[in-house]
Amino acid sequence: MKFAAQRLNRIHHGAGFAALHAALAICRERRIVWLPLVDAPERRDYSAEGYSRIKAICAAKMNAKLLHDLKELLGPDAVLHRPEELMLYEYDGSVETARPDCVVFPRTTADVEGIVRLAQQHKAPLVGRGAGTGLSGGAIARHGGIVTSFARMNRILEIDAENQIARVQPGVVNSDLSAAVAHLGLHFAPDPSSQKACTIGGNVSENSGGPHTLAYGVTTNHVLALEVVLPTGELLHLGNSALDSPGYDLTGLFVGSEGTFGLVTEITVKLTRLPEAVKTLLAIFDTIDDATETVAEITARGITPAACEMLDGWTIRAVEDYVHAGFPLDCAAILLIDVDGLREVTEVEAAEVEDVCRVHRAREVRVARDARERDLLWKGRKNAFGAAGRVSPSYYTQDGVIPRTKLPATLRRIGEISRKYNLQIGNVFHAGDGNLHPIILFDERNQQQFRDTVAAADEIIAFCVQAGGSITGEHGVGMEKDRLMPLIFSEADLSLMQSVRGIFNPEGLLNPGKIFPDSKGCGEIYARPRREGAAPSARQS
Amino acid sequence: MTLVASSTATRLADISGSLNVIHDPEQLAAYEIDRMLPAAAVKPGSRDEISEVVKFCAAEKLAVVPCGARSNLSMGAPLARYDVALDLTRLDHILAYDPGDLTLSVEPGIPLQRLAGVLAGHRQFLPLAVPFLNRATVGGTIAAGVHSPLRQAYGTARDFLLGLEFITGQGAHAKSGGLVVKNVAGYDLHKLMIGAMGTLGVITKLNFRTFPALSATRVFTASFTSAENALSLRQRAVQSPLRLLTMDILSPGAVEVLAGQVAARFEAGPAPVDRLPPGKWAFHATFPTAGTATARYERELKHMAEESGCDWCEICGDDRNPASFGRLREFVPIVLESSPATVVVKMSVRPSKLGGILASVADVAQKNDVRWAAAVGGLGVSYFSLLPSARDEQARLSVEKICEKVLADCARLSGNATIPWCPSEWKSSMKIWGPERADFEQMRKLKNVFDPVGILAPGRFAGGI
Repeated sequence: MKFAAQRLNRIHHGAGFAALHAALAICRERRIVWLPLVDAPERRDYSAEGYSRIKAICAAKMNAKLLHDLKELLGPDAVLHRPEELMLYEYDGSVETARPDCVVFPRTTADVEGIVRLAQQHKAPLVGRGAGTGLSGGAIARHGGIVTSFARMNRILEIDAENQIARVQPGVVNSDLSAAVAHLGLHFAPDPSSQKACTIGGNVSENSGGPHTLAYGVTTNHVLALEVVLPTGELLHLGNSALDSPGYDLTGLFVGSEGTFGLVTEITVKLTRLPEAVKTLLAIFDTIDDATETVAEITARGITPAACEMLDGWTIRAVEDYVHAGFPLDCAAILLIDVDGLREVTEVEAAEVEDVCRVHRAREVRVARDARERDLLWKGRKNAFGAAGRVSPSYYTQDGVIPRTKLPATLRRIGEISRKYNLQIGNVFHAGDGNLHPIILFDERNQQQFRDTVAAADEIIAFCVQAGGSITGEHGVGMEKDRLMPLIFSEADLSLMQSVRGIFNPEGLLNPGKIFPDSKGCGEIYARPRREGAAPSARQS
Repeated sequence: MTLVASSTATRLADISGSLNVIHDPEQLAAYEIDRMLPAAAVKPGSRDEISEVVKFCAAEKLAVVPCGARSNLSMGAPLARYDVALDLTRLDHILAYDPGDLTLSVEPGIPLQRLAGVLAGHRQFLPLAVPFLNRATVGGTIAAGVHSPLRQAYGTARDFLLGLEFITGQGAHAKSGGLVVKNVAGYDLHKLMIGAMGTLGVITKLNFRTFPALSATRVFTASFTSAENALSLRQRAVQSPLRLLTMDILSPGAVEVLAGQVAARFEAGPAPVDRLPPGKWAFHATFPTAGTATARYERELKHMAEESGCDWCEICGDDRNPASFGRLREFVPIVLESSPATVVVKMSVRPSKLGGILASVADVAQKNDVRWAAAVGGLGVSYFSLLPSARDEQARLSVEKICEKVLADCARLSGNATIPWCPSEWKSSMKIWGPERADFEQMRKLKNVFDPVGILAPGRFAGGI
């Protein structure tokens, strides 16, 4: 316990999103309760009065009988319900928060079935949760109820190297699976930036992407079969480890349903062979247009890089200050490009990419000489969001998609929006597939600035839709963008989708208040007062 | 023509114009499915017309079957009813194509070949090298869920279909997905429509991700005395760093069929299968040519084939590639014409179990004295075709016995097996969609949401849908 306390203390003084997650992981591992920011009284009401007030509210909401039954089912160490315990579960990686009434930790599918039965009996809302790194509020109990954390269902059940298949419980951490099969020359291809913390169950719910999805696809392209418990208590096996299950593609429907159809208890995934060779290039540009034209021409020459990421000037400076990856401070944009595959092919493609960069006036093109240099360049990209956290009390990362050819116009528009609201906006994006992540810096203690931030974010998304894009590329709709769904779907489309949800989740007990706009959701984000002391918001991708 | 048929035709003519309605029985023969003829066929010219047609059919409870070039209509279970053929070939436009974004939006009736020509102009393509390529439409291909040998490298439509628009069984317009390569807004309803055989909705628009065209490719073939040896080459190949575009294993029967007269009609030209030693198993792979990598592919494939005990191998020159690839792609149409009563079982198991399943099916086919040919995909999906010499009761009994064993074996190995192609009159006694699965119940509920009146291709799909 002492060791954990020391580590927590160190982490606490480190601050930042990653630190907070590390702290949560320790808490989970040691099954201890931690009061974050306990030494910052101005940020949280920890007075005896405040504590009892919260406790009274929770107690009133949480049926004592249900709690008792849950403890009976899972054991007392697998149910959290005290306010100080619940605080850790009231947020994810987004700016949204809502406190559950209790958090439960099943270990088996049978446990999950039991939890669902109890929720059903008591008509309690039920929300699944992996590592809580989601970026759209998918794992937040918007209307309270039971949060089912899969933290203890974290076993890899089967690795079939010969057939390149793995079967895992939902709480397995994304990068842990890749690490477990690396010695076999395999990996799990979807690689969200949070891969060291996020779980495969969470990836399935959100259909997560990542920088390397340009060539390897997103989560849905790698899921073969699911075991799910429906909120009605039914246990279903969807798909099969052998391809082409007869009938409708229910697996494909469930992946990305944001936890609104069922609780996933087992996942069968494809494993992908690690490429023989990888070349990472860093190209430095004096104008954004040169960088975007480069991306277009790489495609035109028939090359599909494994990854093609762009950072704008402001982000580069923030990152460099933090990571010291060797990014030049005075440029307008950089492209970070991976080509991989057969050694000979990679050599040729890297040379061609380098040529395209130079044709489009790259000031400099660096090719990483070894794994260490490659890791350093990628560290710069993967820590872009952490870097934003260092220079601003809070930041809000958006997730929009545009047709790649509209990149220059979109960036100009983001610049205008930044000036209109007087907010600093950095830009990091998966340039290869047109998936933007503008980072808006703000101070959440300033209510006006928070409202402006949300308004600016909405304007950016509206522009993406106008340009022929989408409101979310990989973060999901959740409770963040439910009100934006009418921008791309008609009432009839949404109603059909809701009817489909009704098949699996007829009473709406599972993850209520997500994806679809309803009277409560609209405007809620503007009206809701930010509770003092909400965890520092930070989003990454 | 009955009175009902006549009033149906009249009403359809009101919607799409009399020139676009067929009610003459002779002409309707082209729309026959499992020996059933519709009362009328209609060729709507717009999404709104489709919606009107479906609304009319829903109101009158008329069973509608959407179709394109009608290449795959013989797939699936027998229809419960068939009143109207909804021919989508007039909707054949490219709605948007942005080569720079690698995105494409098309109407369902556009023929794949015409589309391929347009994409080739921008050095791009869609990896839909499917059977009946010379006439198949995009919509029909997606609705039938047939796949291409290129699946080895590019996956199936599920991996590159970005979004869809469709008309539900009540005539409502609906959509899912979008026209960008990355998108997680809303449920992926479009994935349900792939291979749904028109039972959930009528596809009106399809959005795809396109791919840079392949540079020149080469074909590697090797022959083996046993399936086991050919499969060991498959295993070596998947564990190597090589990225093959296609990889298939052909049974001796398949080698014979692909080198035969029927095959030559489908895809003319000298094919390496002509040169394969008869009576042997063959391994067939396509690989890209790219500078020094070409020599490496050739060297390593040869080396791996020798290690796997091949009798003979060859790398095909450019003159032979198209026919070789084309015949492999057209395997199903070729076997369908190679017997008066071809039955094709689609089997899927984890690849390591292929050896077991192939030994078992070979054994049961031999015991029942039915000629067979199998094309085994590198990912574990095989087309096992039975080629009886007659279409009679005795043949049916033999074939049924074999199919039962194959379905049971696949189930035992936790695999899947269905019978996508089979003579019409034999369908009722075959498990076309394989054994009943627990999730069929959820599928029936889905069908009920999309098509509550049950007018879209009723009875054709899994679970009696």
